[in-house]
Amino acid sequence: MSCSETNLGNAVVIKASGRIDLTTAESFKDSILAALAAAKTSLIIDLSGVEYISSAGLRSLMTGFKASKGQNKTFAVAALQPLVLEIFTISRFNLVFPVFETLRKAVESLDPDALPAFDAS
Amino acid sequence: MQVTFWGTRGSLPSPLNARTVRSKLVNALVKGSGKNLDTPEKAEAFCEQELSFAEAGTFGGNTSCVQVDTGGPDYLICDLGSGAREFSLSALGKHGPAKPQTYHILVSHVHWDHIMGFPFFVPAFIPGNKIKIYSCHAKFEQAIRGQSHEPCFPVEFTSLASSIEFITLQPETEYEIAGAKVTGKLQLHGNDSYGYRIEKDGKTVVYTTDAEYKTGDRGAMERAAAFFHDADLIIFDAMYSFAESISVKEDWGHSSNILGVEISQMAKAKKLVLFHHEPVNNDDRIQSILGETIRFEEITRTGDPLAIVAAYDGLKIDL
Repeated sequence: MSCSETNLGNAVVIKASGRIDLTTAESFKDSILAALAAAKTSLIIDLSGVEYISSAGLRSLMTGFKASKGQNKTFAVAALQPLVLEIFTISRFNLVFPVFETLRKAVESLDPDALPAFDAS
Repeated sequence: MQVTFWGTRGSLPSPLNARTVRSKLVNALVKGSGKNLDTPEKAEAFCEQELSFAEAGTFGGNTSCVQVDTGGPDYLICDLGSGAREFSLSALGKHGPAKPQTYHILVSHVHWDHIMGFPFFVPAFIPGNKIKIYSCHAKFEQAIRGQSHEPCFPVEFTSLASSIEFITLQPETEYEIAGAKVTGKLQLHGNDSYGYRIEKDGKTVVYTTDAEYKTGDRGAMERAAAFFHDADLIIFDAMYSFAESISVKEDWGHSSNILGVEISQMAKAKKLVLFHHEPVNNDDRIQSILGETIRFEEITRTGDPLAIVAAYDGLKIDL
């Protein structure tokens, strides 16, 4: 599992890749919390590179989401692969925070002013 | 071993109401329209083959009571929820009141839904029956005696005619009960609860309800998997969705289907039973959760398949 971070206007986007399970969930959580601290208003998790997420990984997302509420920031995930989307649905994580079909739609919703920069990137 | 589920619902009894029964009838009649269903046999075959379990039946509404038949003459049951009444009537029906029996009862904890059946446990009223109640819980005797006491119940515990014995177990210690090896384990739940691993003739059943397992805590997951290891059957508290269990209902003391699958897979168990159903979930909802859980097992499988069923009142599983 790896994470890379991009600043985009008032938002920070984390792109995660690989498998997020019991062995990598702690590192994933740390990346989320660090990016959240750096974000001015919003954190978007791009899951397009994630092939599998276990309950431990979902808990990392929940920790990030709860922290975002405490910091009065918005939180969303985007671009889930079909299998990961299925896990979100079965675990009801699709009801916890916004899940966007694409990263662009997430940016458009959470930080529309950053959309030109996103399109240009 | 054979395991029989007499009560599978969490928190409180949840019987079907007239509106729900009518809805099932209407659905079945519509689906059967135009078909030749003019004999009970044809109608039975139609229900079996063309209706889902939720359409043709119900998961039931009694609270926790599970019988584990170890092959010996004595009875062994887990918990005394409202399902214990039906178990006791079945046992009496089999033997008749004049032939005393010995009943061994493992109590997970003393929240009301797990002991509420005892005041209606008919063998307790009959001289000659022996009832041995076991638990690792510190207050099980106090709670079971206390509910059969005025003003909550008109028949005093002290007036029960059977021989009733309370036996405190130590967790993580193996005992022989009803011919089986039984080991208890502390579980995370308000006021504590205990799971039981029951082993007999090379078969293992783990009864783990009212237990909140914490994902993300690798040590806790591994300890749970060690308790479940190689079990033939895991009866698991799957009351909440995973999202609920780590958000609005975190620390409410229950687990989810997701964790049931993950820990069972870690433990290399053979079959997982979704148990302690959320009372607000109707039959369609439980059926849907079962389907989703089977799918989750498929997409997360790394070893041998884990069979998954949803418990219902009356379910029997042979091991």
